[in-house]
Formats: sequence, C-alpha cells, structure tokens
Amino acid sequence: MKQLKILGLVAILAGLIIAPFTQATYGTYVLSSWLVFTVAAMGLNLTLGYAGQISLAQAAFMGIGAYSTALMTMAGLPWIASVVVGMGLCFVVGLILGYPALRVQNHFLAFVTLAFTTLAFLVMRNEEWLTGGIYGLVGVPRPSVAGLSLMDGTRYYFFTLGVFILASLSFWWLVNSPWGRAFKGLRENPIRANSLGVDTRLVTLLAFAIGAAYGGLSGALMAPLVQYIDPMSFTLIISLKILLMVVVGGSGYFFGPFLGAGLVIMLPEFLRFAEAYYLMIYAALVVFLMVVCPSGLLGLLSRGIAAIRSREPAERGDLKEGAQL
Amino acid sequence: MSDFLQLIISGLSTGSIYALAAIGFTLLWQASQTINFAQGEFVMVPAFFILIGSRVLGLPFPIAIGFGLAVAVFTLGFVFKRLVIQPMLPHGHLPIVMATIALAILMRELVKEFYSAEAQTFPALFSEQTFDVFGAVISHQDIGNLAVSAVAIIALQLFLGRTRTGRSMQATAQNPGVAEILGVNVQRMVLYTFMINAALATLASVLISPIYLAKFSNGEPIGLVAFLAAIVGGFNQVRGALVGGLLIGVIDNLSAAYLSSEYRIAGPMILLIVIILLRPQGLLGTSEGRTV
Repeated sequence: MKQLKILGLVAILAGLIIAPFTQATYGTYVLSSWLVFTVAAMGLNLTLGYAGQISLAQAAFMGIGAYSTALMTMAGLPWIASVVVGMGLCFVVGLILGYPALRVQNHFLAFVTLAFTTLAFLVMRNEEWLTGGIYGLVGVPRPSVAGLSLMDGTRYYFFTLGVFILASLSFWWLVNSPWGRAFKGLRENPIRANSLGVDTRLVTLLAFAIGAAYGGLSGALMAPLVQYIDPMSFTLIISLKILLMVVVGGSGYFFGPFLGAGLVIMLPEFLRFAEAYYLMIYAALVVFLMVVCPSGLLGLLSRGIAAIRSREPAERGDLKEGAQL
Repeated sequence: MSDFLQLIISGLSTGSIYALAAIGFTLLWQASQTINFAQGEFVMVPAFFILIGSRVLGLPFPIAIGFGLAVAVFTLGFVFKRLVIQPMLPHGHLPIVMATIALAILMRELVKEFYSAEAQTFPALFSEQTFDVFGAVISHQDIGNLAVSAVAIIALQLFLGRTRTGRSMQATAQNPGVAEILGVNVQRMVLYTFMINAALATLASVLISPIYLAKFSNGEPIGLVAFLAAIVGGFNQVRGALVGGLLIGVIDNLSAAYLSSEYRIAGPMILLIVIILLRPQGLLGTSEGRTV
C-alpha cells in the first residue's frame, strides 16, 4: 500500500514535469496558477482543516504577499528578500488577527476575517501612493535563478513547481510533527486538548499565522506570474474561492487542497462552452456537493474505501455539531 | 445641527430595514445554527418576484406584493430548509457556510441572466414628499419605513412571546432536545422560522428597493450589513439585531458624511472588530455556554 502511494506520487510528479511541454502558453499559465492557488489553499487547510478555525482572509494575505513582492522587486530588490518580508508580514498579521480566535467561536472568526479582507481591499484600492489604487501595479519583474532569467512561461512554471514542492514537503513535515497532532487535537476537541497539556492559545495562534504565511508565499508567487496586480484580485470573493478549494477537495486531508484547487481553477476552462451560465452551473454544483457530501471529494473517497472494507469511516469532531436537529 | 438630525433620521430609516434582515438572520441562527451567507440575496430576490408579478403577469402592485411574498416564503423558506439546509444539519457549520455562499452566487446569476442585469425601478409605498423638522428635511418615505419596520418587529415579538406556536419556537431555539420531549414538533418549528425569515426578507426587499433600485448585485452589501447588525447587537437576541441594525444605519450614514466616502464601509467594519474583541456576545446579547 505504501509503495503504491509512493509510486502514485512519483507518477504525479512526473506528470507535472512533462505537463508544460504538452501545453501551449495558456495551458502552462493555468497550470502555474493552479500551483500558486494550491499553496494558498494549503495554508488555509492548516488553519481550517487541521486546526478547525474558519478564515476568510486568505486572499488578503495573498494580497499582502503580492504587493510586498511587487513593490520590492520593482524597486530592484531580490525576489527572495521580498518573500521573506511578505511571509513575515503575513505571519505577524496572522498572529494579530488570530487573537480574536482565542476569545470567540468559529463563526465570529469568520466575520472578523471577513472584515479584515474588506479593510485590506479598501487600503489597496485607496492608498494610491503605495499600491497604485484601482490601476494596480504593472510590470512586476520575474526573478532570475543563478543568472537564468525566468521571463519564459515554462521556466517560471518550473520555478513555481520547485517552490510548491518545498512548501508541500514542509507542510507534510509540519502536520506529521507533534505540532500537527496538536492542531488536530484542537479541531477534534479543544477542551480535551487543553486538559492533555496542549497550549491551545499558542497552537491556535500558530495555526492561523502559519496558514497566513502560506497565503503570503502564494501571493509572492502570483505577482511575478501575472506581472500585474490590482486590488480586485484580493477581494472577499477570492477568499471564498480559496475556501471553496479546501472544502471541495476535503478539508483536513493533506491532498484535499491540491484536488480542490485543481477543480476550482480547471472547471471554468471546461465549462467555457456554457459561457454566461458557467457561474450558475458552478454554484449549483457546489450546493449539490455540500448537500450530498459535506466532507468534500476526498471525504467521499475515504467513505467509499471504508465501505468497501466494511469499516466505519473515522469520526470527525468538527463535522458532528448540530447533530441534535 | 439640522444636517446632523437629518442624517440620524435617514440612518434610522435604512437601519430599520437592515434590522429586518438582521432579525431574520438571528432567528435562523437560533433555530438551527444556520449562518445564512445568502441573507443579502434573500432580500434582493423578492423584489424580482414582485416585479415578475406586476410586469410579467400583469398583476396590480398590491397583489403582486402578495404574490412575491408567497413565492418567497415557499422558495426561500420551505424549499431552502427542506432541500438545502436539512441534509447538511448533522454535519456542522462549514458545509452550510459554503452552500449558502454558493447559493448567493446562484441567485445573483439567475436574476442577472433571466431577468436583467440593469437596475430596475421599484414603486415606492410612500410618497417622496418631505417636511421640515427643526430645519431638517425629512421624507415621508423615511418615516414610513421606520413605522412599517417597527410594526413588523412588534408583531413578531408578540407572536414569539404571546402565542403557543411562538413560544414553542423559542423553546426549540433554546433547547431542541427538551422541546421535543415536551411535545413540540421541532422540525415544524424550525420550518416556521425559515418561513418567517423569508417573509421578513420580503418586507425588507419591498422597503429598500425603492431607495436602492432592484439590482442583482444588491445582495452583497445588504447581507454584509445584516451580519454586522446581528453581531453588533448580539446573535441570540431579536432586540439585539434591532439595535444593531439601527446603529449600523446611523453609523454608516455619519461615516459617509463626515469621514471620507472612500472608507465608508470601514466605519462599520472597525466597529465589528472592536465589538467582537471587547464584547463578543454583542451589545445586548447574553453569552452562550460552550459545550464540552
């Protein structure tokens, strides 16, 4: 089983390396943006899926990352420095924003983060001296690695893929470390986790802040990819889109965001024939999926596997609330 | 000074409409822990049901309002509860949040594609005439909106507090398990709550559409304000949502007039963050116990 999994991973990786050569420029661009959004969704998966804290601020964190990268690289500073600054900023803001999570329940946090996203959008739109206002920032340069320019789309795809793999590996390490188990404990039963000696305040804050830093990294990858950023790319609807990626794929599953981001990014391409009706079909599909399978696609899959092996699927504390009705 | 008075009164007028939406929102929350992210669209859509009634079917306007109300109570109350919310209830908050967000997008797109993407004029219930009070110009519409909302909210309070059905609904909201043991048909009470929410949303729609015009994109700001009002006032209190709605209406008006209009929405947002940090149960709310 384990060998099969490793084999599967190698196959997927090989597919990702070959993919851009089979695609035209646009296909490569779509693939790159899938990688970029997966990084953001991964971060939100940590906050939401592992630590059980709902956040609607992921797009705002992407914005912070993207604007710091754009401003710093356009001023001639190296990309890597801007990533450190962007992720650091997101981490600190995440800590500050995560603070209310210590005091209030899930749904209130959704509103605090919603308010934050709106405020961040207002600042991006109105502070023209810094962010260029509604016109945004044009001509974000792509970094070069070891003297090799990444202006070419395929090259930048491989750069993104490299960063993406690094981010996935550190995420894997994180959720399988004692920290990761503490996050899960927090999701399943915060009071029990506390009584078992988990510092729930610290863990909640960290889950929030690390998730935010992933958002910042995603933004830092996005700015050079599209080379043009404006406030409309970081509105509430984008936060919802990232949330959708996590939930549709299966929140709390490692590969959930990978699958979810793929669907959310690719589906518009497949639904293009439907033109004006595309959003309608899309929204109806989401409602349907949530009604039929609230634990997302991977949840459905693991339920199916468990049914074949005639075992009960693992219970999830966060999906049990409200059972009294 | 007269400007200030005028801003306060028109703020109270729109605030009372927000309060209707916010009250429906808190009712749903109390009855079934449903956070309805489509609440703004629930206010946007009934105006179009009424427009269909009066323009497409050719009904006279008052009957068209009745038609819109019936359609809204059926689709946004009954169908929404049975087909969308009920299957998800055993699975916690998150699926409901996602599904209602998607539903909001679906409703917006349906209106845009099948009715119109343009803003539609909507007949006002009250005349646009104005009169002066201490130099402040006050329109009949402002006073009318306030009065209609007040009557609706008082009627709702009387219904919830004085009738058997209303008290059963309250019992359901407070403790569904015990209510069931005492012979309350919990599912039916939850269904009533959803239908009342749809009716309140329709009323809000009738009052606000003459001011903002009926447009597919109206739901988003209205929904946001309804959340804000519910949180500021207190999630588990009808009067909390009322105070929250009025307060948000006034603050919104004042910050548009005295702060920069670019940051208009920032005023209520900052209020929201401050309230959640300092008094998470809301101004009038009582804190909810945490279950272990």
